Amino acid sequence: MTDTQNNNTTTSKTLYERIGGEAAVNAAVDLFYRKVLNDYRINRFFDNTDMDKQIAKQKAFFTMTFGGPNNYTGGDMRNAHAQLVKMGLDNSHFDVVMEHLGATLVELKVPTDLIAEAAAIAESTRKDVLGK
Amino acid sequence: MIKLTIEENTYSCLPDETVLDALLRENVAISYACKKGSCHSCMLRSPDTLPPASAQVGLKNTLKKHHHFLACLCHPEQDMVIKLPDQSEFYTDGIVVVNTLLNRNTLLLIIAFKDAFEFNAGQFVNLQRPDGLTRSYSIANTPQESNTLEFHIRRLPGGKFSAWLHDDIKAGDSIAVSEARGHCFYLPENSEQGLLLVGTGTGLAPLAGILTDALAQGHSGPIYLFHGSRDLEDLYRIDEMRRLAEQHQNFHYIPCLSGKHVPEGFSQGRINDIVLASFPDLKGWRVFLCGHPDMVKQMKTMTFLKGAASADIYADAFLVTPS
Repeated sequence: MTDTQNNNTTTSKTLYERIGGEAAVNAAVDLFYRKVLNDYRINRFFDNTDMDKQIAKQKAFFTMTFGGPNNYTGGDMRNAHAQLVKMGLDNSHFDVVMEHLGATLVELKVPTDLIAEAAAIAESTRKDVLGK
Repeated sequence: MIKLTIEENTYSCLPDETVLDALLRENVAISYACKKGSCHSCMLRSPDTLPPASAQVGLKNTLKKHHHFLACLCHPEQDMVIKLPDQSEFYTDGIVVVNTLLNRNTLLLIIAFKDAFEFNAGQFVNLQRPDGLTRSYSIANTPQESNTLEFHIRRLPGGKFSAWLHDDIKAGDSIAVSEARGHCFYLPENSEQGLLLVGTGTGLAPLAGILTDALAQGHSGPIYLFHGSRDLEDLYRIDEMRRLAEQHQNFHYIPCLSGKHVPEGFSQGRINDIVLASFPDLKGWRVFLCGHPDMVKQMKTMTFLKGAASADIYADAFLVTPS
């Protein structure tokens, strides 16, 4: 340890920085998407005709959940999920996604307090995602 | 003031504008949707300049290599010459030097050029008939071979273009060839990584190029090639692949037949079942899938679920143009 050590305390870094930034997003996306595709409760909502496009959307989801750079509005979330709501998307499905989000972060050994922060951000989108 | 050039037109990009902002302001027809870097609708290419890294976030490494970028994320650092996705292509004329059959319905077509043709093994080009009809075909050779492109052309029932290639053209004829495109090729990173190559029918063409390229660049990890068809008569280059497996300890060739008659030395069953049964876990593997669109789509999901990273899966589905 030297005097030129970084002087930032952990509280002055954003959640995104503390959780690991883009590298954390990339690690989380594949893990999460495998859980989702393997879960019959929700996999019908994850259009599997183009995995590359889905992965890109998942990266956007995780960046947002980690408090990362994004400017998604409530309206964006509503529009993005409107078609799924027509297909029957409801609270139970949102709960399953939250479950897999948590499990993914536990698997990546993210500290519990950071998982709670990320989960809170994800949870705050529930009404917009479900078009309520 | 940054200059953006598209074909013969030059546009200005104002400070703080993204490429997308600038082109929309200048009324250039360009696809876009989310404007946030996640839908990839606004993907463009700048062949001569490497775009800023921030404009390539989330793109596949082979796309990055060829300077693809997202217009909505691009704050240009220098003047850029930009190619739009549906821009009219540049064609070069080549001369047919070989057209012989590889099996009962597959033609070996080799086209020679005056100058070296630029491509990565595994990419594809458009071939154009004099009347303008074009079709895409994957390149089967590697750039090490002098000034020629090799193709494996399946005769499709009712196929206009494949019929023309099989029946009408002959050695000495001229044929127009577009620039190489596609993101399904080998990059020499992680040379100890296992490579899994799965192809049906003429899917062997790009895979043969990719594996030759990998071996030529010293890939030391295991390389598995599964080539499948229903009948033995629809496979080809079998002896060549067996010889290659004898010459390279890390290369393994598994020909698969799903039909009734399966001779010694061939695996029986559908290629996707054989591949998935052969690998309990694909974590850390790089996967190349070429050929029948349904096989490619299913294997993309299946290999991903078996642990292959999404960034490590390269797919090239051979779509058929409806007649």
